[in-house]
Amino acid sequence: MSTIQPETSLSNHLHDERAIPTEPMVDGTSVPPGEASADFLQLLTPDGHRTPNADYDPWVADVDVASLVRLYEDHVVVRRIDTEAMHLQRQGQLGLWAPLLGQEAAQIGSARSLRSDDFVFSSYRENAVAYCRGVDFTDLMRVWRGNSHSGWDPYEINMAIPSVIIGTQALHATGYAMGCQFDGGDQVAIAYFGDGATSQGDISEAMVFAARFQAPVVFFCQNNQWAISEPVERQARIAIANRAPGFGIPSIRVDGNDVLAVMAVTRRAIERARTGGGPTFIEAVTYRMGPHTTSDDPTRYRNKEELDEWSVKDPIKRLEAHLSSMGALTDEVRAEVQAKADSVAAEVRAGTLGLTDPESLSIFDHVLSTESSWLERQKSQYSAYLDMFEGGAR
Amino acid sequence: MTQLTLSKAINAGLRRALEVDEKVVLMGEDIGKLGGVFRVTDGLQADFGPNRVIDAPLAESGMLGTAIGLAYRGYRPVVEIQFDGFIFPAFNQIITQISKMHARTRGAVKLPITIRVPFGGGIGSVEHHSESPEAYFAHTPGLRVVSCSNSQDAYTMIQQAIASDDPVLFFEPKRRYWSKGEVDQLAETEQPSMERAQVVNSGTDVTLVTYGPLVMTAKDAALAAADDGVSVEVIDLRSLSPIDFDTVAASVRKTGRLVITHEAQQFLGLGAEIAASITERCFDYLEAAPARVTGFDVPYPAAKLEEHYLPNLDRMLDAVDRVLGRRNSLSDWSHAS
Ligand SMILES: Cc1ncc(C[n+]2csc(CCOP(=O)(O)OP(=O)(O)O)c2C)c(N)n1
Ligand SMILES: [Mg+2]
Repeated sequence: MSTIQPETSLSNHLHDERAIPTEPMVDGTSVPPGEASADFLQLLTPDGHRTPNADYDPWVADVDVASLVRLYEDHVVVRRIDTEAMHLQRQGQLGLWAPLLGQEAAQIGSARSLRSDDFVFSSYRENAVAYCRGVDFTDLMRVWRGNSHSGWDPYEINMAIPSVIIGTQALHATGYAMGCQFDGGDQVAIAYFGDGATSQGDISEAMVFAARFQAPVVFFCQNNQWAISEPVERQARIAIANRAPGFGIPSIRVDGNDVLAVMAVTRRAIERARTGGGPTFIEAVTYRMGPHTTSDDPTRYRNKEELDEWSVKDPIKRLEAHLSSMGALTDEVRAEVQAKADSVAAEVRAGTLGLTDPESLSIFDHVLSTESSWLERQKSQYSAYLDMFEGGAR
Repeated sequence: MTQLTLSKAINAGLRRALEVDEKVVLMGEDIGKLGGVFRVTDGLQADFGPNRVIDAPLAESGMLGTAIGLAYRGYRPVVEIQFDGFIFPAFNQIITQISKMHARTRGAVKLPITIRVPFGGGIGSVEHHSESPEAYFAHTPGLRVVSCSNSQDAYTMIQQAIASDDPVLFFEPKRRYWSKGEVDQLAETEQPSMERAQVVNSGTDVTLVTYGPLVMTAKDAALAAADDGVSVEVIDLRSLSPIDFDTVAASVRKTGRLVITHEAQQFLGLGAEIAASITERCFDYLEAAPARVTGFDVPYPAAKLEEHYLPNLDRMLDAVDRVLGRRNSLSDWSHAS
């Protein structure tokens, strides 16, 4: 990253993204919200060809073959964890799982662009982001197993606990970024949310605040085409990225299944935020290949043809094709990456199965920062109630 | 008479409402092709079209705000909130606009909006999916709040809610969606009004008041108590605002003992209001202080701990023992403060 210089005077030209002709800005009202082939930045075609781009190539100039292999490993590992989690859920070991299948590049490309002291605010599907932040997956599984409401200490990895209430976290990220600005820190905040989330007032309000304060925040929208059973057309008439300029926030649409393009746009947005240029809105066009969660039955609302169409654009296939074309995907690399993925998955499984059930009276913990006699009384009475049962009902 | 699950009974009631009044429109997230995450609206969009069964953008404030405009225009919107915990983005529209409109306009504007909310826990779900927010709404004048507990009531009460000229919060006991019951589909006008509480088990020793998901548990508790020689009268409130206090008071005058149970937190919950009101009305009849069996005053816990939060049959029986002065969990309990 250090080799890349921030562009000059961006902060003074809020709308200059529209002025750069090569920038695949969404322009006007012609792009439907689900359109996934036109008007976005792509550096790697689905069959792995590297397409040059004068504006964005400099932003990934340092990504050499070794870095690409590391990114490839990230992809394979998080997909392997995702598969393992699906199995664990089917086997009754997790209450629920929200798979990220198909969205690996969007999450990895953006998360690997962050500095460790930047701060992430996410939704429930950002498991690859969590992986990149260094989350211990046993902690993550704790939540999906139903043991607790949070898995990690946000300050340890600079990632907030995920927000299930759609859209809320975009405001949190904006406020965090305002704080960075107020106290002179050069950290940035990033908010992850989905296409459906953009309908919530909180997302619009976050953009109002971010623009008003020129806060160092990146809005990262994964348009995976679906909000449970509702296609993105139920949320928007034109491309989602097109909304942000109305708030005074530059935006860009990127191929979310192309890790290199995602990295390029995210790095640029982060650099802009870090150097006083204010917020950026990124729409990563991708696809939710799996069900919404393990409770969902997508056969009720979408057809196989759509899946087939998108599997051609798979982020891992594309990276493999690209690495192969450079002669970098040797059998040895494949085997190493697979071995790593398998061992991480085994760790995740063992960690999940090894989780001990939470202690019954812990429901009374941490409600306020100090104890209250009211709650102490309830706890004490419930404890007396549990004592009635032989062997203890706890 | 047909056997229907509670969710299918609501579905049948919604279908009927759509048939009899063309101004009825359904709005919600994923209620179209998917039929809602609980399939309560299954098949309705296919039969009534996407303009009457509307997959709304993902915005609760948007849904309730536009429902107000639709109601102004003469429609009867029925809005589905996907899970209890997701109603709060719409709280502003419900509290500051919907609840007050009739009084503000001195009756000129009626907002016959029905807000369907699957509520309560016991399904092992993740956070915000198991809550019981009814007290917030019952606390607010200008809203009707009801909850059904069985298939027959589900079928009739949803139609009564939609037909009501007032805004109605319709709380559906999600863990009972799959419980079956007899439904008489022809006689909904013969059915008791949703405003009336119902005695669902007659008894003479203790009055046990509840609603929604715990009615079934309370009836089981009454059966268990009967084995023990204790006669428990169970009342299904059905309407949480206004509350049919006459029915509760009549029962307490008979039994002299009152236990209230709900999943919602205790503090300022329905139990507090019922205990206070009944004490005011029936003080001379009470043989013991009213007892509450409720969720604790903590955030709804993670799935593995919800059994420790939720009232169950044993906790109900323990409270029954308490008001009867029988040995119970607090017999030897003493607290420092
Ligand atoms: C306020 C609120 N309303 C509804 C829901 C239920 N819900 C959970 S996920 C979801 C769809 C979200 O779609 P999107 O924002 O596109 O994210 P994705 O699931 O596709 O990652 C809905 C409606 C919720 N969690 N919060
Ligand atoms: Mg989506």
